Amino acid sequence: MPDARDLLTIESFGRKLRAGEVTAQAITEQCLHRIETDNPQLNAFIRVMADEARAQAAAADRELAAGVDRGPLHGVPISIKDLLDVRGVPTTAASRVRDNHIAGRDAPTVAHLRQAGAVLVGKTNLHEFAFGTTNEESAFGPARNPHDLSRSPGGSSGGSAISVATGMALATVGTDTGGSIRIPAAACGIVGLKPGFGEISTAGVVPLSRTLDHVGPLARSVTDAWLVYRALLGPVTVASAYLSSGDQVPGRTFQKPEALVPVPAGGLRLGVPRAYFCERLDDEIRSRFEESLDRLRAGGVRVDEVEIAHAPDTAPIYLALVLADAAAYHAATLDAMPERYTPAVRIRLEMGRYVLGEDYARALKGRDVLRRDVDAALAGRDAIVLPTLPIAAPPLGAATMNVGGRDEPVRNLMLRQTQLFNLTGHPAISLPCGTTTAGLPCGLQLVGVRKQTESLLRIALACEPYLT
Amino acid sequence: MTIDAWLACALADADTRNLPELKPLLETLARVIATLRAADFNDRADA
Repeated sequence: MPDARDLLTIESFGRKLRAGEVTAQAITEQCLHRIETDNPQLNAFIRVMADEARAQAAAADRELAAGVDRGPLHGVPISIKDLLDVRGVPTTAASRVRDNHIAGRDAPTVAHLRQAGAVLVGKTNLHEFAFGTTNEESAFGPARNPHDLSRSPGGSSGGSAISVATGMALATVGTDTGGSIRIPAAACGIVGLKPGFGEISTAGVVPLSRTLDHVGPLARSVTDAWLVYRALLGPVTVASAYLSSGDQVPGRTFQKPEALVPVPAGGLRLGVPRAYFCERLDDEIRSRFEESLDRLRAGGVRVDEVEIAHAPDTAPIYLALVLADAAAYHAATLDAMPERYTPAVRIRLEMGRYVLGEDYARALKGRDVLRRDVDAALAGRDAIVLPTLPIAAPPLGAATMNVGGRDEPVRNLMLRQTQLFNLTGHPAISLPCGTTTAGLPCGLQLVGVRKQTESLLRIALACEPYLT
Repeated sequence: MTIDAWLACALADADTRNLPELKPLLETLARVIATLRAADFNDRADA
């Protein structure tokens, strides 16, 4: 498999495209060729849209020749997690439950990508209904990590991450309810951005939890993630952009700067929540994380320790909310067609039907407490920094992993570092930060101030050169 | 409803619905909910 760092970024493709050194059709053919050769073993795609992609790429080249330039995503091959509606094709959610579905229209985010000139190469594999972190339970079979085919690519946006890491697309769109963008980004060695809650429309997306779901990009660089993020926001004023806590930003308009400008690394203030988030780490993950912090310090970044007081309560709060929300959405089909779910996903969804209302209310209260905790940890700091995953990509089929002499369920480990920020709605991004001795990628997560995703991206851009 | 009472009802329901594979998950959920109920942020009417 190619190294993601050797593949074209959107940024570099754009320069070559406008210099006449490459065409949208050529890059699209490269991506389709990569899908044809590598997808049989990686299982990243549920649907390849080769004919549509070729037509879109040809149209993009014609437009550019006629002087019409739609901007940074013009002619850029992008894959879409098969949880988002793309008109005219099924949104399977990797489940047989949706066998007869055909999307009548694009999700707004997909429409925004089309308007920005993107070429949609296909729809990617995921953990069924996004309800899992390993991409193993899919009606279309497990996706496989390109760095080690015996391992998970992470999930639930596993196929999306694979597509970017291997050159099947230049970027992709995923969803993140407990970490489903950041987890596979870390496991596959790419960048994954969960924007702030409510920034990007979740309309036309099969929900897992409407209070925790986020849509965002996975890409090969921070700048590429920013370019896709800007496109996902859409080109026009958003009359009702709801951010964390339901705060409305009426008449919000989006500036379109030419480039993402990093903040100066010198003087950046990062806080490390060592209690809880650094207590249960694989040794090599810990080493790569500490080495990354050392390089950041050498670059002038100030790193200190922060406390997130109720962090140990995160998993119970998260579970009560996500289980009940998911059960409400799936109740009718759990009763009508239980055999169409993969067995493990079905039984986890069933579990959610037993969450009591009083416990859901407790979890809502806890969520507010956690939001205040994270806000407090960010006071006087630019971002929180922590490992994205406590382990490298787990072997497919593993139920538990041993960390620090203790066996832990893989699911708990995969969600441990990320789910908090779905609860609180803070923007968070995962960046590659080296590999284990076995060559498995490690991820570093930066968490920014609420409602300041652009600032987080500028911080991430400043940190990026120190991490790999 | 106490957690013990809730769990007993839930396990019985899983039996009624012929979902024995659900029972260990419900036992795990009971432990998770116990942690949630013990958290220091919970309100009390007599406090």
